[in-house]
Amino acid sequence: MENRPHHTETLPKSATGIRGFDEFTFGGLPKGRPTLVTGGAGSGKTMFGMEFLVRGATQFGEPGVFFSFEESEKDLISNFKSLGFGLEKLQQEQKIGLDYVHIDRTEIEETGEYNLEGLFVRLGYAIDSIGAKRVVLDTLEALFSGFTNEMILRSEIRRLFRWIKDRGVTAVVTGERGSREGSLTRHGLEEYVSDCVIVLDHRIEEQVSTRRLRVAKYRGSSHGSNEYPFLLEEGGIFVLPITSVGLDYEVSEDRISTGIPRLDTMYDGKGYFRGSSVLISGTAGTAKTTMAAQFANSTCNNGERCLYCAFEESSNQIVRNMRSIGLDLAPHRESGLLRFVSVRPTTYGLETHLSTMFRHISEFEPSVVVLDPITNLISIGGFDQVKSALMRMVDLLKSKLITSLFTSLLECGDASERRQVGVSSLMDTWMLLKFVESGGETNRTLNVIKSRGMAHSNQLREFVLTGKGIDIIDVYTGPAGVMTGTARASQEAREKAESLREEQEMERKKREFEHNLAATEACIAEMRAKMDSDRQEMERFIAEHESRKTATFQNREQMANLRKADKDIRE
Amino acid sequence: MDDGKEYKLKLYVAGLTPKSLHAFANLKKICEEHLQARYHIEVVDLLENPQLAKGDQILAIPTLVRKLPQPIRKIIGDLSDTERVLVGLDLSVIPIKEIHE
Repeated sequence: MENRPHHTETLPKSATGIRGFDEFTFGGLPKGRPTLVTGGAGSGKTMFGMEFLVRGATQFGEPGVFFSFEESEKDLISNFKSLGFGLEKLQQEQKIGLDYVHIDRTEIEETGEYNLEGLFVRLGYAIDSIGAKRVVLDTLEALFSGFTNEMILRSEIRRLFRWIKDRGVTAVVTGERGSREGSLTRHGLEEYVSDCVIVLDHRIEEQVSTRRLRVAKYRGSSHGSNEYPFLLEEGGIFVLPITSVGLDYEVSEDRISTGIPRLDTMYDGKGYFRGSSVLISGTAGTAKTTMAAQFANSTCNNGERCLYCAFEESSNQIVRNMRSIGLDLAPHRESGLLRFVSVRPTTYGLETHLSTMFRHISEFEPSVVVLDPITNLISIGGFDQVKSALMRMVDLLKSKLITSLFTSLLECGDASERRQVGVSSLMDTWMLLKFVESGGETNRTLNVIKSRGMAHSNQLREFVLTGKGIDIIDVYTGPAGVMTGTARASQEAREKAESLREEQEMERKKREFEHNLAATEACIAEMRAKMDSDRQEMERFIAEHESRKTATFQNREQMANLRKADKDIRE
Repeated sequence: MDDGKEYKLKLYVAGLTPKSLHAFANLKKICEEHLQARYHIEVVDLLENPQLAKGDQILAIPTLVRKLPQPIRKIIGDLSDTERVLVGLDLSVIPIKEIHE
């Protein structure tokens, strides 16, 4: 509604200390000016004012004065004692001043002209006596029931707001929400307060109550213009921001273990990204909670804090059940590293659930948050509301670099697979757990459908619940398809027998070949021996022939000599 | 009406403004007429004693508080409407009724 340029730097602000409120108003209420807080009965106006004062006194060193037109000092002290505000002590320490302004029309007679100088004197005195920087008037409209001369009243209220500005105190003035359409207060106080107007609302839809807060006007400052759900609880107001978180959060390269070593290897060997959102979906009984609990357990083992929001089981039940797979969460719960928030979704509205979780998150500062299961939230809000709520949740967690794990129940064979896709787009990592039925048994399988920003295994795995947690085994993937459980085991056995047989066959063939080779070898040796003997025979024959020839020649010469034949003949 | 009760009155003002002086004059006149010698008026200036405003739950100025006789009654304004002041002080209710009857 403000179109003028923003002056967030130039407009001094006074932090309220109300959790969540200072964030979306970029610093709190306008300093040194009055702010109107309006709402119906029981909408938390008094609480807002009181927390503004108490936080101012305790956190920001600004003492404050509470002018109550409705409740006596005694009532205020006892009412806020139960909320954890020690007003009596603050009063003694001169940090908070309480003043009950009692107006009873029956004992007042009006005669002629008057003004409300007495109120100004009281205010001024109360402020000066403790050096107050903050003032709450709750609720100023009570004046209208005490005095009949509205003309005087209105001019005095106008003067009061001017006076507050002149004094430079930061003031919260509460007003009762008017019944007329479009009016913020019953008596039109918004006419006089031009700086900042906050509207509180308490709505009941489908038997579920939600408190909301809206900044209707904030002159000279930008502010979130949505309705912000808030909680009234011990410790004060907790406003849940809707849009103060953008998409510009930092991301981490850091990894966090899934708690299951074999699962870590499926995610690039290191696990999830820190600050990422993980969705585990599966039908009933696929060990989603176990998977989540194992993650929680490993987080705590590493000395980090984990917030476990259980919407289906009590914390004791989860601790007991996890013992059956050798996971003892009790020590972590006792040491404070593990905090359970177990609550039925129908206990209160979606916004209240979220606020509660947000409060736990900002208080506990966990590094891991588990929501088990988110599908139960759909029972209290429509699918779209749950999605937008989760989106805010995911945004908030990411901005704080908190790793989140959501489990989601899939109903068999309905449209929820499609629903799942709606939520899964918010998630960085999505794991699907399934029952695979074969050979008269069901076995659990797991596969990673997506995991942004990392190499991850795309292979289906089988996992079993052992006495030492979840164990992941490779499924059999062969020409016969994917097999799990005993089918996988028997297939493996069959393969083993097959390969043994092949081995033996090989051995036999090898021996045969060796035998043949040896035979040939022998043959060759035999032939070589024959060759040798032939050669010897041949040499002997040639030698005989030579000697015979020599002998013949010698004989002829002897004979010639004997005959005394011519030399020519001899030669 | 003349029951002889002592009237203890406190007039709260903030500074001696014309309005507060006017109120005091009006009060004095009424008391002289109706409560001769049976009244005691104390004027409290809140600018001098601001802490006194809380005790009698003073918001409007001027405010006249009838401390006695009980119960406490408050009359605000400059006391220019004598009839209403008398009603506020319980001084004229019964006589007026009696006249009408």
